[in-house]
Amino acid sequence: MSRSIKKGPFVHPSLIKKVDKQNAQNTRSPMKTWSRASVILPEFVGHTFDVHNGRAFIKVYVTEDMVGHRLGEFAPTRTFRGHSKKDK
Amino acid sequence: MPRLLGVDIPNEKRIDVALTYIYGVGRTTALKVLEELSIPRETRAKDLKDDEVATLASHLEKSLPVEGALRRLNLQNIARLKEIQCYRGLRHRRGLPVHGQRTRCNARTRKGPRKTVANKKILRK
Repeated sequence: MSRSIKKGPFVHPSLIKKVDKQNAQNTRSPMKTWSRASVILPEFVGHTFDVHNGRAFIKVYVTEDMVGHRLGEFAPTRTFRGHSKKDK
Repeated sequence: MPRLLGVDIPNEKRIDVALTYIYGVGRTTALKVLEELSIPRETRAKDLKDDEVATLASHLEKSLPVEGALRRLNLQNIARLKEIQCYRGLRHRRGLPVHGQRTRCNARTRKGPRKTVANKKILRK
């Protein structure tokens, strides 16, 4: 089931604060965040986020197409390097 | 046999069922459209008058994406997911299930026929 429209999209309050500050100062420096569940709002377009994947921060540059997705969708948490080739 | 929206040739069936042979039209939309055009749903597809066929086609095309348009839309949506590098896009690229299903076993629809790995048990030790 999807989230009630009444509540609006979820964005971590501190993340909004960070973006608002950058928008006010017109800066675009990357913002570190652990809030993978935050929805990308139209105001975020053009900003870069350092999204935590449990181990490191992944740089995510937000484009217009990404609006409505969540930050965590762009920072994979698993590494899959393929199955080992048969040796011997 | 009447031709509706290009290639679709519904046959001897009742028109409400025959319409579902069009890609993007199910029972619900079929019944809705027939209601709006006040065509009785019991009519057989072959008994449709020519003007009814024409209005059906134009009405369907106007009200929602069907056939080619819908197929194109679907491909575009997937291409968009792939392009923005999100998790769902990555799964589409890899040809793995997109909605979080398990892949330890099954998932054969997405993964295709089994590729048996020889001596897998020995290698795991």
